[in-house]
Amino acid sequence: MSADPLWSWNLVGDVRQMWSYPFMVNAFRAGAIVAVVSAAVGWFVVLRRQTFAAHTVSAVAFPGAAGAVLLGVGAVSGYFTLCVTAALVIAALRGTGDREESALTGTVQAFLLACGYLFTALYKGLLEGPQTILFGTFLGITTTQVTVLLGVGIAVLAVLALIGRPLLFASVDPRVAAARGVPVRALSVVFLVLLGAATAEASQITGTLLVFALMVIPAATAQTLTARPAASLLLAVALALAATWAGLIAAYCSPYPLGFFVTSFAFTGYVLALGVRVLRTAVPGRPVGEVAS
Amino acid sequence: MTALSQPFFQHALLAGTLIAAACGMVGYFLVLRAQVFTADALSHVAFTGAMAALAIGYDLRLGLFAATIAIALLFGALGRRARPDDVVIGSVFSWVLGLGAFFVTLYTTSRSTADGTAGVSVLFGSVFGMSAGHAATAALLAGGVCVLMLIAARPLLFATVDEAVAAARGVPVRLLGYGFLAVAGASAAEATQAVGSLLLLGLLAAPAGAAIRLTDRPYRALALSVGLAVTEVWTGLFTSYAVPKMPPSFAIMATATAVYAATFLIRRPVPRTS
Repeated sequence: MSADPLWSWNLVGDVRQMWSYPFMVNAFRAGAIVAVVSAAVGWFVVLRRQTFAAHTVSAVAFPGAAGAVLLGVGAVSGYFTLCVTAALVIAALRGTGDREESALTGTVQAFLLACGYLFTALYKGLLEGPQTILFGTFLGITTTQVTVLLGVGIAVLAVLALIGRPLLFASVDPRVAAARGVPVRALSVVFLVLLGAATAEASQITGTLLVFALMVIPAATAQTLTARPAASLLLAVALALAATWAGLIAAYCSPYPLGFFVTSFAFTGYVLALGVRVLRTAVPGRPVGEVAS
Repeated sequence: MTALSQPFFQHALLAGTLIAAACGMVGYFLVLRAQVFTADALSHVAFTGAMAALAIGYDLRLGLFAATIAIALLFGALGRRARPDDVVIGSVFSWVLGLGAFFVTLYTTSRSTADGTAGVSVLFGSVFGMSAGHAATAALLAGGVCVLMLIAARPLLFATVDEAVAAARGVPVRLLGYGFLAVAGASAAEATQAVGSLLLLGLLAAPAGAAIRLTDRPYRALALSVGLAVTEVWTGLFTSYAVPKMPPSFAIMATATAVYAATFLIRRPVPRTS
């Protein structure tokens, strides 16, 4: 990093100095959007135990970006095309049984990542190497990108709000939901597409490998702490936001990458939450808020 | 064949064959136990392990094996009956991946002799870059994995298909679960050297998935999975030799995916209910 920011005890001054760089302001804005959207979508991912699908969809953002660069179109369109396509493929192949589904998902992921490798190998030259796409950077976010992120984020959250109630029902008890006339399969497809859009959005900031962290860890932490849907959803969003912003500050003050700090903060929260749950179950005399299932 | 007279190709073929055999075997059980996500997690752990070893200055392979086996056992300990839970795996491995990003930075900034492509070759493999010594070690270790799997195949199959009955019949289900995870970790570390940490999942999942689609008989499927994996690696290596623009890991993955996709065109002999 060019400037050498020193963190003094004058916190207000520090924040003011940090935000005097336009790129940092954009990073904070983009980080907030990404954190809120990922945590909201991720909450359902964790509830539906679709972590493998989520990870696959997020991993394929890499070939999307690499392919787009090779073809000379913007990386953003590559992210969206491939993430949503992968989500649709996984949705189409669902319901073939547990074993086959996981083998299929794994093959789809490995093949698309291999394509990404082929694209970077063919391109060589100006691409800064796959590591930027994989691990992300927050230094070059433009105001236009923030606007795009905001638009996609609002769209994803709006659809999620629209289908939230039936999706919750279908996730908790698919059979009863189907019997009550909830379109379980259609919901699952819509949800996977939302997942694709959200990952495509997030992977531009955190890198394709670490989107998954923002989706799964805050949601897992929140669902460990409370069983009430609304409370844990809000908690997940708050945790993701806190981890992202804290990570940005830490990455600003040190030479180490953003992804490392965001995942470390989020994971610390998760470990603490697990500790709290162990303590709660160890202390008798108080009913524990476990999920009734 | 001129390819076979090249030493680098011979090393790749030797290591690739045994690694493929090990992956075919381990992959079959991974798919059967519906633990492919564990393999996915381990493949990313392998990256962090390798980068950590490079950053500290040890041999890359030491980091690979230490990280994958340790984390595989951790996953087992965190799950019930040595069967890890998906959300726990996801949380742990995304943090491990964050650590990997940290070690990459540490490695590229702190060591003046750092080789900037080391990270990429761990991620995507460099099977044609193996020296004779590396290939021999990799082949020996992969052979060891194969032997272990063959010894454990029968009880492991029993424990996989019907855990409760196996436990009642005195099969050490937990021990087998842990042992299998450790072997899966070792084979992930092995496969990283051939196709890279990001792509090894395909080598574990695709041949096994295809074999399970083609036959319902366990031992036949196990043999088929090994056979397919080895053939796919060979095809990939020769294709990549013929078309130098195509990286070997891509050629292997493309063959494996094509074979798996082809099994969907064949109708299954006996439609299973459930």
